[in-house]
Amino acid sequence: MPTEPLFQPVTSESRPTRTLNLTFNGKTLTVPAGISVAAALLMVGVTRFRATPVSEAPRAPYCMMGVCFECLVDIDGVPNRQSCLVEVSEGMKIRSQEGARDLIFQPVTNQALEVQP
Amino acid sequence: MDNSTCPSGDVLVIGGGIHGLSTALHLARAGVRVTVLEAEYCGRHASGVNAGGVRTLGRKVEEIPLSLSSSKLWHGLADLVDDDGGFVSCGQLKLAENADELEECRKRVQQVQALGFDHELLIDREQVFEIIPSISRHVVGGIWVKDDGYALPFRTVTAFRRAAEKLGVKVMENTPALHIDQVGTHWQVKTASGTYQAEHLVVAAGAWAGQLAEQIAEPVPVRPEGLMLMVTHRVAPFCPTVLGATGRALSFKQFSNGTVVIGGKLVGSVEFAARHGEVEINRLSTSARTVTDLFPHLRHLGVNRAWAGIEAFVADDLPVIGGSGKASNLSYSFGFCSAGFQMGLGVGKRLAQEILGETSPISLAPFSIKRFANPMTNHPSVQAVDQY
Amino acid sequence: MNAEVVDVVVVGAGPAGMAGATKLASYGLNVVVLDEQSSPGGQIYRGITLAPLSRRDLLGPDYAQGNPLAQALVASSARYEKGAAVWQVTRDHRVSYLREGRMQTLQAKAILLATGAMERPFPIPGWTLPGVMTAGAGQILLKSAGLAPSEPVVLAGCGPLLYLLGWQYLRAGVEIKALVDTTHHEDYWRARRHLVAALRAWPYLRKGLQLMRSLKKACIPHYTGAEALAVEGTDAAQALTFQVGGKHERIETRCVLLHQGVVPNIQFSQSLRATHTWDEMQLCFSPLKDSWGELDVPGVFVAGDGGGIGGAQVAALQGKLAALSIAARLNVLGAPQRDKQGADLRGELNDNLRIRPFLDALYRPRDEHRVPSDDVLVCRCEEVTAGDLRSFVALGCTGPNQAKSFGRCGMGPCQGRLCGLTVTEVIADARQVPVADVGYYRIRPPIKPITLGELAGG
Repeated sequence: MPTEPLFQPVTSESRPTRTLNLTFNGKTLTVPAGISVAAALLMVGVTRFRATPVSEAPRAPYCMMGVCFECLVDIDGVPNRQSCLVEVSEGMKIRSQEGARDLIFQPVTNQALEVQP
Repeated sequence: MDNSTCPSGDVLVIGGGIHGLSTALHLARAGVRVTVLEAEYCGRHASGVNAGGVRTLGRKVEEIPLSLSSSKLWHGLADLVDDDGGFVSCGQLKLAENADELEECRKRVQQVQALGFDHELLIDREQVFEIIPSISRHVVGGIWVKDDGYALPFRTVTAFRRAAEKLGVKVMENTPALHIDQVGTHWQVKTASGTYQAEHLVVAAGAWAGQLAEQIAEPVPVRPEGLMLMVTHRVAPFCPTVLGATGRALSFKQFSNGTVVIGGKLVGSVEFAARHGEVEINRLSTSARTVTDLFPHLRHLGVNRAWAGIEAFVADDLPVIGGSGKASNLSYSFGFCSAGFQMGLGVGKRLAQEILGETSPISLAPFSIKRFANPMTNHPSVQAVDQY
Repeated sequence: MNAEVVDVVVVGAGPAGMAGATKLASYGLNVVVLDEQSSPGGQIYRGITLAPLSRRDLLGPDYAQGNPLAQALVASSARYEKGAAVWQVTRDHRVSYLREGRMQTLQAKAILLATGAMERPFPIPGWTLPGVMTAGAGQILLKSAGLAPSEPVVLAGCGPLLYLLGWQYLRAGVEIKALVDTTHHEDYWRARRHLVAALRAWPYLRKGLQLMRSLKKACIPHYTGAEALAVEGTDAAQALTFQVGGKHERIETRCVLLHQGVVPNIQFSQSLRATHTWDEMQLCFSPLKDSWGELDVPGVFVAGDGGGIGGAQVAALQGKLAALSIAARLNVLGAPQRDKQGADLRGELNDNLRIRPFLDALYRPRDEHRVPSDDVLVCRCEEVTAGDLRSFVALGCTGPNQAKSFGRCGMGPCQGRLCGLTVTEVIADARQVPVADVGYYRIRPPIKPITLGELAGG
């Protein structure tokens, strides 16, 4: 999880007037509004966005323009979102995707299925 | 055009798919010299891009003996071609989603058992949930075949190609057969890179076989269709078996890498000349709805890729296998109506036996091309295929 | 599915898309612009309408040039749909896209693809480690979020974008630990014969020289002729290693930004099965197009870097050229006017293209950074190495499409976007055949991922 952030706001820019709160792996973070989820995570010191499903190697954004799909995270329960293309919003719940053992959509329990219409 | 004649051995096979290669392999095992002509690359179309289902379940009764003999070969595939083709014997399950469908399943199993086959089992709701706990609870039962499963199509085709090549089979890729002709005691196949010649010819050209049969005035009511499939991102294992449905078209399996392949007689569009099948969105939506009905927890699962593979459909829904009714030393193996991948193993062996003059308890009579010989006979029209 | 019928769909709101759509709308055509970003500009002018003045100033005058284009688009009658992820374009001009979780379909009379460029893959050992990004990624963070590396950064590779980013970082007060330049003396030698033509594109050349001069003045450690780049690290980047004149160098850093040029993003033109040709100068595939930008798929046009790298000015001009041809095709512009305006635009286009041969020759990426050694990951998604690819070739794999079946290469979430060129070049090298003979991946929909729920709802 967060170390010293790899990216920070350039000095010439005044602090953003508007910020919002979101969570990453359960931890609440305050970030500027209007930026991408990937940018927000990088500026708060997240270096590992996910682990690959093949070898569980750590990965983080590479291209920032929607080509590489390395910045995939789970956003509000929807996995494999390209965080470089999604803008941050208040209350957003972001989770890293930790490789094969953490593949999303563990099936619902039998009980939950029984009450389905 | 190159006018040279290429030495091609005893048998020429047109089509480097599972059927052509499997036939070539079994012939080569008997010491026959074989050349395979492939228009693009081996496994490019139906054989290599299908959903990988290895299914005896739900076969037309005529197909059951060939399908069961294929099943035996699948279970010993590594002995035959030195690779298991990624075959996983995880069983196949055909779901009944209401009482009527369950009744249909019951009748089917009775019919199959009356014929003396015991591979299909009727199972109830609880047994379905035991096999696949994550499925929606509206399911009421189904038909279960434990020895069925899935394999990796391209890997399987490649294994057959390599095994055949090891036994001396020559595989010529990027060599479309332009014209076939029987000259004296030999068959000649014209290609852009020369004419190939052999005593016996096998046409196993999938969707393109009908054109070749027509060249020797032996037309078959066959037409190409682009069957669509889609594959998802990886998900946690939730579906340990291959699924089909009774009341709606579904072919559904999760591979060991977590991806899910979804299909089920979803017809896209075909540009036959361009050898291309195109994806039709509407039909994919139907398929996606079927899946989210059965597995509500998959609604956020991403579709990574959709494609359409070109396959030959025969009007009466049965393949064409065996000798020509018009010419000597000519055999066919095509028109498997999207169900040929599993059968490739047994059909190749059986066809090789027929070519070699060996006997077998499995009759190829129901698949003979001669059934289309009399144009006055009222065969189911080509439109019959439209029900998909 | 009921598709809304429109005159033209423009895919992408970079310079080509913005200029093309604005011009199309000026003829009274019903134009829809679909773009994935949340504001117009594409990557080159990313966030141009939202960036504070201080940021615009920092990024320099070239970036500011995007503003009039974006304002003109917004003022035009074209319907601009932001946040639209196009997942299929068909040969009969149907465009399917996802916006706010809803699937939508447009039926157009003509299509203008303006999907721009992507950075050329830079497959070297360690390029998948967190902390290794493209120079373009660094620049996008600066343009769209005002972010820059918080500690001394290493810029490595070659090409105008790398030096421009260096210049922008200097202006932002970012410390550059080293500029590791892969350009060799022999590259200058090779580029020399294109210099006369380049001199006729003097503004471009002058800008480049100014950039290099300011980098020099800042006394940044500048290595030239660097070879065998590799990133060290286990869970994240720790150092960049390379060789200069046989001498091994190692620079510690947590942040390496790589760049070796940009290449056309051809996902859509490939999925449409347009003819593509291998460009030996630019080392990439580009779609075959006529002088207006029309592909060999009637009614489908491409403008901008997606049709071959030319840069932002060229992209805008090509967008206008395509608009002329489309307008004539849809009978709102006469052929004589089209041809007259077209001739003027082409003159300007040629002036702007004169610099390309010089740049392409000078910044030709090194062979070892395009066709890597066995242990280097080529397909990042499915973790397929160059060695794996070579073993597939030994088993009879002749092209990228079989490589998918042999080892899932290009089958991951990015669908071969990032590995496509490398896979083709590695296979061509292993088979010892021309790259053009090996070809490219067949690209299939969805071009952008779509969920089962979204598909079911549509």
